[in-house]
This record gives sequence, structure tokens and C-alpha cells, in this order.
Amino acid sequence: MLSYCTDPASLDGLKWLSCYLTTGKHIAFYTSFGTVMLLLLITAPVALVFGFGGATAARSRFLPLRWFGKAYTAIVRGVPDIAFFLFFVIALDQAFEWLRHQVKCPDWGEPVRQGSDFVVCDAAKLPLSSSPQWVHETYGFMLAVLTFSIVFGAFAANVLYGAMRAVPHTQIETAEAYGMSHRQSFWRVLVPQMWVYALPGLSNLWMILIKATPLLFLLGVEDIVYWARELGGSKTARFTDYPHGDWRLWYFLGLLVFYLLLTKFSEIVLGRLMARLTHGQATTGGEAQRKARA
Amino acid sequence: MKKLILSTAAIALSAGLAFADETVRMGTEGAYPPYNFLNDAGEVDGFERELGDELCERAGLDCEWVTNEWDSIIPNLVSGNYDTIIAGMSITDERDEVIDFTQPYTQPDPSAYVAMSDGVDLTGGVIAAQTGTIQSSYVAASGATLVEFATPDETIAAVKNGEADAVLADKSYLAPIADEDGDLMIVGKDILLGGGIGMGIRESDGELRGKFDAAIQSMKDDGTLNALITKWLPDSATF
Repeated sequence: MLSYCTDPASLDGLKWLSCYLTTGKHIAFYTSFGTVMLLLLITAPVALVFGFGGATAARSRFLPLRWFGKAYTAIVRGVPDIAFFLFFVIALDQAFEWLRHQVKCPDWGEPVRQGSDFVVCDAAKLPLSSSPQWVHETYGFMLAVLTFSIVFGAFAANVLYGAMRAVPHTQIETAEAYGMSHRQSFWRVLVPQMWVYALPGLSNLWMILIKATPLLFLLGVEDIVYWARELGGSKTARFTDYPHGDWRLWYFLGLLVFYLLLTKFSEIVLGRLMARLTHGQATTGGEAQRKARA
Repeated sequence: MKKLILSTAAIALSAGLAFADETVRMGTEGAYPPYNFLNDAGEVDGFERELGDELCERAGLDCEWVTNEWDSIIPNLVSGNYDTIIAGMSITDERDEVIDFTQPYTQPDPSAYVAMSDGVDLTGGVIAAQTGTIQSSYVAASGATLVEFATPDETIAAVKNGEADAVLADKSYLAPIADEDGDLMIVGKDILLGGGIGMGIRESDGELRGKFDAAIQSMKDDGTLNALITKWLPDSATF
């Protein structure tokens, strides 16, 4: 809060704007950009791990594991994101609470479902209803991260599965001819070479993940879309020091610029990564690099 | 900022330890002035904030405010994400089947139409209302074409950009907007809808409902509730 902001009605022009843009509400809006970036930075690696696990499972020689891997990708890829998000976050939350309920309150007499109510004992609540609000918000955020990771992990699994198959089979045969075990040839020959085939698909996924972050809003996390709508809505002078009309257009324009910058920046970084991974590979890209250098 | 959050959290935590009584999470929408809205500092404010804090004090409860979308405000109550709804929610039979209500803390509140001009057809035109409100069911039954929006603010925007001919909402919400906006005016007669506004509480949570019922009764008895109504809802009747 700036010092001259005590009576905003008497200010105009840039001074008014500088006060307006530093209200507590706006600070919360700026903080929510951090929430979105945090979501991206946590979800991307976790989804990649899920994807790697899914792809490895789908290629497994152990039949039930292979079923699991294939079922995971097939189910998650087949269900609309929004349906999955709305279902999963509620189901996950209730599943956690139900498990804790079984462990912590074994002699609870009443049923867990009473009509439309979902009732667990106080000790099983997650987070406990006595915990401060930030714990609740963090918990909600973590549920969102987990859901995003499961969804995007399934897509990543499919990409990685394809990439693993794209590595020329002769490479594996050669590795095995040198006496490497199945595990050795997987980790030393297959995995290092698959990334170049996976990257176009993964970078596509990253872009989609960026664009999917407003789904946070659906999950009740107060993200940039929530604040843009709240701040942009028209305000009457009785309830705020900064009355204004319908400014949603400007706020959403700001979001548009933010997302464009983020995707543009990602494209540059991913382009460089691709150039590095292509280096020395027996692909058309690698061949082109070799010729350019020669 | 981080320090601020941490210290608030610490205070909240220590306050919880000091009183050691149960924490009640109050769910509200935060987008429906004067009942509940977010003030410039981003905190829940309005009639229900003041009322809720007073009720909690009288009932000896430790209360925490939570905002939630109107659309999913009932499902999140029954699944236990918070313990009460205090969001300008009128008591109706349909809602009463899913959740319980305390006794009303306002009289049945008049609803009003707001439009750009006087000659709007209120029974045959296009009327905007917020999804899942008593006003939206009223419009649907009145023969007019109903367009629904997720937030109250969007219903006003729809009238201003011509998408709807008029909007039907609680008069306490519309009156300040019509006062300040030169293009908008209140048209037609007021309509009395619903059985007053009450707090929504899970059906399995009879004890909490009892506490709030008693607290509301004590505020009715000593006149503090009427004072709050006159302060925040000048168009509403007092008890």
C-alpha cells in the first residue's frame, strides 16, 4: 500500500492507477501467477515420472503389469479432462478421508454416508478442520497437482511408449549381442536414445499443460482466472474505494499476453533442447546437424 | 507478503490452541454485495461477515471464512469441505431436502428487476439470473426466456451489453448498482421470493445448527440483528 493511497477518490490518472494496482486483492492476483507457475513446475516432472512408469509398465513382460499400463493410458486418455478433474478431485479426497477414518476411528458407530452427507470422524478430516486456511489451500493445490499429473502422465506414457518403440531395434540387438542383460540394454541403450523421438510429443504436451492450467479454477484453487474475473467485474462505490465498470476484458487481455509469453518462451527453450538431443543421432535432424558442421 | 501469511497463520494456529474449541469453517461466495464480497484487501466483507463473526462469538466458536463458487457451494458443504453456508441463500424446499437451514436471519427479501429502459417485457422477454437461485426458478416459471450466469456480476454485464433485457436478483444487491449506474434502473414491482435467508448446515450436523439457531435468536432478541440489517440491507424489512 502506497502512502498517498488513503483517499483514492481524490486521486486521478496514474496515481489512482498505482493505488488501484497495489490493493490487497491485486497482490493476491499477482501471487496467483506464482501458483500457476508452481503448478507447472511440479506437475511437469511428476507427470513425466508417471508417464515413464506407465510406458515401462505397458512394455513389461509381466502380463498384469502390462494390463495395468495399458489400462491407465486407455482410461485416462479416453475420459474428457473436465469430467476427470471434477470426478477425481472429489473421489480422491473422499478416498483419503475414508482410509484415515478406517484407521483412526475404528469404533465409530454411524455410517459414513448419511443421505447426501459424507461424514467421517473429526480426526480423519483431511486437512483437520482446525488447521489454518493455508493448509487447506495447500492440500487443495496438491490434489490438483496429483490430478494434473495423472492425466498428463497418461499422455506422456503414450508418447514415451511410442518413442521407446521408435528406437531402431538393431540397437537393442547389438547391445544384447555384446552381452548386456535386458535391464542393461534398456537403461544404457534404449532410454538415452528415446528422448529425441519423445521430445516433439512431450513439448506438445507441455504446451497443452500450460493452456490447461485455468482448470485450476474449476478445482476451487484461486488462480489467475478466478482473480481476473473477480477484479474485472464492475464495482460500486459503496463496497470499494476503487469503483469501476466492467473491466474483465482488460484483465483477460492481460492473461492472454501472459500465456502467449509463456508459450513463446517455452518454444525457444524446447527448440534448444531439441537441437542438443538431436546431436549425434541417426535421425534426419542429426544428419542435418552433421552436414551443417562438415 | 510471505511473512504476513506466515504470521497470520501462526496467529490463527495459536488462537486455535488458546481457545481449543472447535473450528467452524464458514463457506460463502464472496461475490454478492452487500451480503458477502471481497473488499479491496481481498478479505470477505459485508452483512454476512459481520453477522457471522458475531454469531460465532455468541456461540463460542472459532470461525474461519472460506470462499467457494456458488455453483458448487452445496456439494462442497455435504462433502465436508466447510461446515456452514452463509451466502445469502434463501430457504427453499428443494434446498431443504439436501441440507438443513437455521432459522432465517432476514425477512423474505424483495427481489427486483433491473433493466436499461422502462418498457421492458418482463414476462415475455429475455431475463438474466444467477444459476441455481430462487430468482432463476421464478423466471423459468414466469414464461420469460431465462439466461443463467455463474456469478451475479455477469448477470448485470449481460443486461448492459444487450444479451438480456433485464436481470432479476435480490433488491439489496441491485439497488446500489442501479443507483450508481446511469444506464440501469429498477423496473416493475418488487417480488417476494423464498422464506428468508438462513445458514445452510449439513443434515447430520444438528448440534451445530442448534448453536447457530440459538445465537441468531439471541441477536434477534436484543435488536443487534435489526441494527445490522438496517446498516447493510436498507431495502429489507427488520424483525
